[in-house]
Amino acid sequence: MSRASLGEYNDLGDRWFIEFMALCAWPGTVHALAWDSPLTRRVVMTNKKKIQVPLQADDIASLCAGDGVLLSGTIYTARDQAHLRICEMIEAGEKLPVDLDGQVVYYCGPTPANARAIGSCGPTTSSRMDPFTPAFLEIGMKGMIGKGRRSTEVVAAVKKAKAVYFVAPGGAGAYLSERVKSCEVVAFADLGPEAIYELVVEDFPVVVAIDSEGNDLYAGLQN
Amino acid sequence: MSGRTVKASDIEKAVAKICLEANTVLREDVLAALEEAYRGSEKESGPAAMLEVLVENAKIAKKTKLPICQDTGMAAVFVELGRDVVVSDGNIFQAIDAGVEKAYKEGFFRKSVVADPILRDNTGTNTPAMVHIDPVEGDKITISVMPKGFGSENKSAIAMLNPTSTPKDIIDFCVGTVKKAGPDACPPYVLGIGIGGTMEMCAFLAKKALLRPIDKANAKSHIAKLEEEIKVGANELKIGTMGLGGDHTVIGVNIETAPTHIAGLPVAVNISCHALRSASITI
Ligand code: SF4
Repeated sequence: MSRASLGEYNDLGDRWFIEFMALCAWPGTVHALAWDSPLTRRVVMTNKKKIQVPLQADDIASLCAGDGVLLSGTIYTARDQAHLRICEMIEAGEKLPVDLDGQVVYYCGPTPANARAIGSCGPTTSSRMDPFTPAFLEIGMKGMIGKGRRSTEVVAAVKKAKAVYFVAPGGAGAYLSERVKSCEVVAFADLGPEAIYELVVEDFPVVVAIDSEGNDLYAGLQN
Repeated sequence: MSGRTVKASDIEKAVAKICLEANTVLREDVLAALEEAYRGSEKESGPAAMLEVLVENAKIAKKTKLPICQDTGMAAVFVELGRDVVVSDGNIFQAIDAGVEKAYKEGFFRKSVVADPILRDNTGTNTPAMVHIDPVEGDKITISVMPKGFGSENKSAIAMLNPTSTPKDIIDFCVGTVKKAGPDACPPYVLGIGIGGTMEMCAFLAKKALLRPIDKANAKSHIAKLEEEIKVGANELKIGTMGLGGDHTVIGVNIETAPTHIAGLPVAVNISCHALRSASITI
């Protein structure tokens, strides 16, 4: 589906559907065809796209809201307190403990590892990070992984920064832990589960929720 | 005082056991509802694929003893304390906290509790638990633990409706609360709803309602009807699994009621994500 048509769909009704065939749960599934009516907003997910992280500009440009993607490479966790601290450091002009330029940030506070790379590690609610997100995008962050809706400010900031926001399956932390190959704390160790961890992931399943042109998968579900 | 003596250390062990179980083994009624949604009733392939992930997640958690969700929650603990029970060698609150602490350490669960809501220092033990004790007849203690994640807790709401409000007003408030939660709090949801009582009793009933298996309707037929109507209304929102649309925005609605005042009609909605976790034990 082209960007233009997705944009049109976003303006149509408040009902929408997704053909979601892309997760690794269904390897090799063929994708279904789209149909549209004035009251449906259908996003088609073609078969799984495999993308490396950190993200390249052309990969970001190729992603549309609704695409199912498998991410492989390095990402960084950060949630409420780490966001607060990073923003305070940016404001104070201090050197950051981790260079987020070009990186993907995952809103996640995992359970402690027990003889595995990581414990349960699903996404936390993204909207709590909304106030901090524009500042993160300004220092070069290119991607986010979380769950749920974002503010209109974040949608605009993602578009401006040519970045992307993914959602991962919420409440499937055990499932997702099998896609994480290593986990090292890189900053704010005192925050425990809220520290910044560097994760190496393989085929980590996500869905594009806001693409670099500002199309928002959840546009029809705003309050 | 006569009665049956139960050692505090036995309460501690029992609480630890059900905490471990609740966090790693998804409730049968919830798993059955997710499986049913995935195998049968979900017609949209997108949300169906996501439901499959959730069913798979439950299997992996059970097998590996990893928590179902990384938010292993704050422990809400419901105790039915037989009036003929005497707790020896300690007190019941300390025993419950000790059991929670033990489970969260041994299970490698996340410690998500801060000692002060403003200062926010993590207690490091996931305690204190939020404990509710009901005195009952008999010489047994029944304990239920519900680890409650805050993604969905944050979307909960209470309304003090007018006594002249209609069932439709109640439905509108409950469905409106789900609409506000949108895709953010891991749908499909289970709604625990309290109706009546005072404000705090109403909120308590909403949480307690989540303990009831979601395939069991309220025994009162007019309340069971309300449960069904709220479920239908919420599913018409088409938020769906992970916000991907489809037929499963809510997989269960449990209402508990209490007498209330002539001037009011309190309604509380405690939203639970699909990872509705609890376990019980009788000592
Ligand atoms: S809302 Fe529930 S399933 Fe989702 S992250 Fe929180 S505890 Fe886990």
